[in-house]
Amino acid sequence: MSKLLLMCFEFFKAGLFAVGGGLATIPFLSRIAENHPDWYTIEDLANMIAVAESTPGPIGVNVATYAGFSSNGLVGAIIATIFFVLPSFLCVLIIHGFWKKYKENDKVQRVFSALRPAGLGLISSACFTVIVNAVYGTGSFSLICLALFLLFLGALQIPKLKNVHPIVFILIAAVLGIVFKL
Amino acid sequence: MKKLFQLYWAFFKIGLFTIGGGYAMLPLMEREAVDNHKWVTREEMLDIYTLSQCTPGVIAVNTATFIGKQEKGVLGAIAGTLGVITPSLVIISIIAAFFTSFSDNPYVIHAFAGIRCAVAALMVHFVIGMIKKKSINNPIQIGILLASFITVAFLKVSPIIVIVVAGVLGFLLFDARAKEEKANE
Repeated sequence: MSKLLLMCFEFFKAGLFAVGGGLATIPFLSRIAENHPDWYTIEDLANMIAVAESTPGPIGVNVATYAGFSSNGLVGAIIATIFFVLPSFLCVLIIHGFWKKYKENDKVQRVFSALRPAGLGLISSACFTVIVNAVYGTGSFSLICLALFLLFLGALQIPKLKNVHPIVFILIAAVLGIVFKL
Repeated sequence: MKKLFQLYWAFFKIGLFTIGGGYAMLPLMEREAVDNHKWVTREEMLDIYTLSQCTPGVIAVNTATFIGKQEKGVLGAIAGTLGVITPSLVIISIIAAFFTSFSDNPYVIHAFAGIRCAVAALMVHFVIGMIKKKSINNPIQIGILLASFITVAFLKVSPIIVIVVAGVLGFLLFDARAKEEKANE
């Protein structure tokens, strides 16, 4: 029982300090591995990251779930996941309150009119990383991947395909990936 | 009750098809939360996303909590958050229990190589759409967008710093502009 309580605390801490997205979680999870080598080891963590990156779901949550599972089976996975997201859950509730109260405020509006393009800039830079990963993902430049990327981008511009759900494109891409052995 | 289930299901789908990090979920989020359910506008979604960068935790989860709270209070926030983490919990537990060599499987590798191409295209399409659909309409904003892109993509500056600087800069620049406009009236 005390191990489960300790897990709650450790994963809560990892969730609290991981600011700025999934991979920010890793240093905190490796700290857990150092402090509790009987839960999982640093080598295990490397394997978890590989799995987390190639499975659906946010990477940070995937790694936390995996670490929890390695520590204490299914119960560990559930505890780790819930306590990992709890700090951000609480923070967002507080921020939502402020946002609702002040979003019409002139000064806040001004800050947001700068934050929006900054946010889009961040998204564009993530976009850039995703394109590079897609085209060079297998270690070297892949012409088929580039062609596939451009093909999908072209298809998205066709007005008739506008209402096709993005999930459909992702599933088609998975099948094409297997067919072309990308 | 129906609304809670809708929130859970929409974010379950988003969690299930978020492949390769939080940003990849944007096009899905736009489809589910903006187009299908009209829970938030595109601009609000961008605000939420930018705020999420500066708060602890994973961006996908923060966004789910935020939109859930917005729609149906604390219960909605719980429904959205549980929805987005359920696929991870189920899939990772299965993989951890049975497939230790999951990420070495050739079919998995090929499928994900294909998926990355589609996700890249969906994201480019999303960014173009965002820029077209207003939100960016003056030279200062275009400058901030370019500066933010270059500093994060090539100079590897932390996104948190970019957002704080942009916030302060925006406050000063747009405040001066607002005063100027007032003086001109």
